[in-house]
Amino acid sequence: MSLRTKSHPIAGTLAWLASLLMFFPIFWTVLASFKTELGAIATPPELIFRPTLENYTEILSRADYLSFAMNSIVVSFGSTILALVVAVPAAYAMAFYPTKRTRGTLLWMLSTKMLPSVGVLVPIYLFAITTNLLDTRTALVIMYMLMNLPIVIWMLYTFFKEMPKAIIEACLIDGASQWQTMTLVLLPLVLPGIASTALLNVILSWNEAFWSLNLTAHDAAPLTAFIASFSAPQGLFWAKLSAASTMAIAPILVFGWFSQRQLVRGLTFGAVK
Amino acid sequence: MSASVATAAPKRRKGGGANANTLPLVAPSVILLLAFSIIPLIATVYFSLLRYNLTNPAIHGFAGYKNYLYLFRDPALYSALYTSVQMVVEILILTIGSAAVLASLFEQRFPGRSIARVLMISPFFVMPTVSALIWKNLLMHPVNGLIAWITRSLGLGVIDFFADWPVTSVVLIASWQWMPFAFLILLTALQSLDEETREAADLDGAGPIAVFFNVELPHMSRAIAVVLMMETIFLLSIFAEIYVTTSGGPGDATTNLTFLIYKRALLSYNVGGASAAGVIAIILANILASFMVRIVGKRLDE
Amino acid sequence: MLAATATVAQAATITIATVNNGDMIKMQKLAPKWEAATGNKINWVVLEENVLRQRVTTDISTKGGQFDILTIGSYETPIWGKLGWLAPLEFPASYDVNDVFPGVRDALSANGKLYAAPFYAESSFTLYRKDLFDAAGLKMPATPTYAELAGFADKLTDKSKEQYGICLRGKAGWGENMAFVDTLVNGFGGQWFDMKWNATIDTKPWHDALNYYVDLLHRDGPPGVTGNGFNENLALFTTGHCAMWVDATSAAGLVYDKATSQVWDKTGFTAAPHGVTANGTGWFWAWAMAVPTTSKNQDAAKSFLAWSTSKEYVELVGQTFGYTVLPPGTRISTYANPNYIKAAPFAETVKASVLTADITKPTMNPVPYVGIQYVAIPEFQAMGTEVGQLVSAALAGQTTVDAALAKAQASVSATIEQAGYK
Repeated sequence: MSLRTKSHPIAGTLAWLASLLMFFPIFWTVLASFKTELGAIATPPELIFRPTLENYTEILSRADYLSFAMNSIVVSFGSTILALVVAVPAAYAMAFYPTKRTRGTLLWMLSTKMLPSVGVLVPIYLFAITTNLLDTRTALVIMYMLMNLPIVIWMLYTFFKEMPKAIIEACLIDGASQWQTMTLVLLPLVLPGIASTALLNVILSWNEAFWSLNLTAHDAAPLTAFIASFSAPQGLFWAKLSAASTMAIAPILVFGWFSQRQLVRGLTFGAVK
Repeated sequence: MSASVATAAPKRRKGGGANANTLPLVAPSVILLLAFSIIPLIATVYFSLLRYNLTNPAIHGFAGYKNYLYLFRDPALYSALYTSVQMVVEILILTIGSAAVLASLFEQRFPGRSIARVLMISPFFVMPTVSALIWKNLLMHPVNGLIAWITRSLGLGVIDFFADWPVTSVVLIASWQWMPFAFLILLTALQSLDEETREAADLDGAGPIAVFFNVELPHMSRAIAVVLMMETIFLLSIFAEIYVTTSGGPGDATTNLTFLIYKRALLSYNVGGASAAGVIAIILANILASFMVRIVGKRLDE
Repeated sequence: MLAATATVAQAATITIATVNNGDMIKMQKLAPKWEAATGNKINWVVLEENVLRQRVTTDISTKGGQFDILTIGSYETPIWGKLGWLAPLEFPASYDVNDVFPGVRDALSANGKLYAAPFYAESSFTLYRKDLFDAAGLKMPATPTYAELAGFADKLTDKSKEQYGICLRGKAGWGENMAFVDTLVNGFGGQWFDMKWNATIDTKPWHDALNYYVDLLHRDGPPGVTGNGFNENLALFTTGHCAMWVDATSAAGLVYDKATSQVWDKTGFTAAPHGVTANGTGWFWAWAMAVPTTSKNQDAAKSFLAWSTSKEYVELVGQTFGYTVLPPGTRISTYANPNYIKAAPFAETVKASVLTADITKPTMNPVPYVGIQYVAIPEFQAMGTEVGQLVSAALAGQTTVDAALAKAQASVSATIEQAGYK
């Protein structure tokens, strides 16, 4: 009998305990968002209480949540699409036509990710002023695209490398062009990998909190800026903070839940096999 | 392994035309990245040689190597470097260690496994600022926090996390966020472990612990290398968790290199000094990257 | 024809960067009235204090022009005004500039020109729980000393009930723990610099003050004190965990707010404690709004400033939110308003504190700088925060007071030398 075919009570219990523990902070936050301010800090903690929506109405009256959320959506998906457009050809070329410099180029790309953003704030800010891009979604889309490009290229590269090279050879010999080979043959094969790369990129862009705060004011401010306006207001703020937090993470959390299967499927394909 | 298929010989020969074709494919991203990293890099190096303070235009002119001199004379730099490394290493051990065990548990069949998995990976979707705020205010707060209430009820007194265990607290919060990432990758790696190997181990009468160490862990080694590299890249520049909870303190206990640069750039508005520290960070990143080529890169190319 | 186009062109959209505290949130809620009256529109950028400060400083110093109105403090206003970054303000007679406390006006002026309109001003004072004092048979004097405060705190601490004798700021930052620590040091007779800009931190007054601070908080303070700033202390005090609290006078309206405070009817107010001197023992701070010279909508921006800091606005707040929460500390007329006097028993104490705080005489001995809980030079933010970090390290027990002060002295000396003050 294989271990995997029968239910395993001890492993199951431990796994469930760990999962509940990991999820608990999120659950606790959502719970607190429905309490009154005094209820949220009561000791012993309130477990049974009459839920209130007052925190949510208060927040909605103070901030245009939909505008923040819309910016988050546009910016994270926009930058992901743009990153893929640039990265797919590059990763393809690197995987199938490696040169001596390929590995060096890849690692150099990855190392650019380690430069702390705050170190280049002033040059980028000055650049954004001269190009009139301050407080535009375009600026954030470009920044995120560039920021995540190394990771995207690298992940795609590992996916492409798993592809059977014989197929490509055959196509090229048959007289198909590079472009046809790439779009008609290869793309369907690596689609799960691309999907999971894209998902990861959306999550990373959604949660980025430095450029989103520093390059926006009002028009392009995403949810990370929204949360910065509720992070430490005066007086009792635990319940309102919880409500604002819930609102900031709910869209991406739900998105993540629905796409996690895809994320797993894609990852199995490439890098880690 | 597919190594035999991947002999480079045939395509090298066809070389000329194909290679020429790849240039337009790679060029956009390389040019973009080059522009992205080179232009700020040049600007950063240039600024690092200036006396440049945003809030005090009276300070201007060429500083030469002075900014670097002040930086290297500042003991804060060395403690920040140490803190950076300490945090990354601790988070890596914590996340990869627990993720490996959990991935192995999730390889077993049990009721509600897919729901448990969804719960398990949820923290990864939470933005760092929010997760730090949640942990600081709702859980670790020494008066109103849930953990304080639990320890008090058990008669253990109160743990003042951010004063007594500042680094550990930041590490815990960051690990909570990054463990799901490691878990996800290790889990997918384990799923590719073939059934025969497992069954062979079962037939040998190996217990679950032996299977974990002798079969599963070796199988995950490449995935672990991937996690190691990806997490290092992200964790070296960990910032929001520190900013929200301890602001680099108490003292400079939780000031890592990123936070030090932040202090220079956005508290002193000392662009010259911050740029000098930024240049150091870039150099370090490249040294680290070249190490990674050697350690991780090899594993990946196998 | 021309006149008509001119009026149409006046309708503008202005972007206001502001801080997320109670008074500003009220302003945000009332602003639609101004929008309706003028036809202009406001884009709000509401941020947490530290983020706000970084955001507006980056923008104004690089001439980014993102904001038409900045919410800044009495620290930045004169510095930025002198640099020519802010547009000077002139108000119509109806605004009655002379109704604004002269000290507040001076603090927001440079070279004789007003650069920011005060939204509210604050000093620091002592809040205490009358019920706990009565129960223990103690009496709070009108002008308490630090020694007396320590005595009370020892008697009123009962950790088994989570009742702490005194709550003070411990979170590192020039506007957080250092605001209090500076007034404490001033009271002990210390200062940041002597007349030649030599740092005077590793001196007896600083040592005495910090030893007092660390010992007192260890004995009688709440746990987690190194994480407590104004907001955290407010939460502790309003939920009944603190017997005394020395902090901003703007806490008064919030502590008195029945909706969020459990101690609104049990709280007394008195002057900030003093030591060997009373100079600089209560701080001075004003949140104000300024128009950067890069703004393209200066007229609309100035019109909003005039409205949101006017007498009419103060009255509007009273009518809408109740008179307890009027923006305090800026206008003489506010303190002559019978509704306010009736609704806010702390009004006189606050007024007295704001009026006594003199930013030009912050210490016992003469100093080359102005500012009570800050030194009005651009380098102070970083310097104050650096020293604040060291103080919080001493408070957390990670280093000794002596070591922290020696380090602070070295770091401040280096900064001031690099900046070329000496």
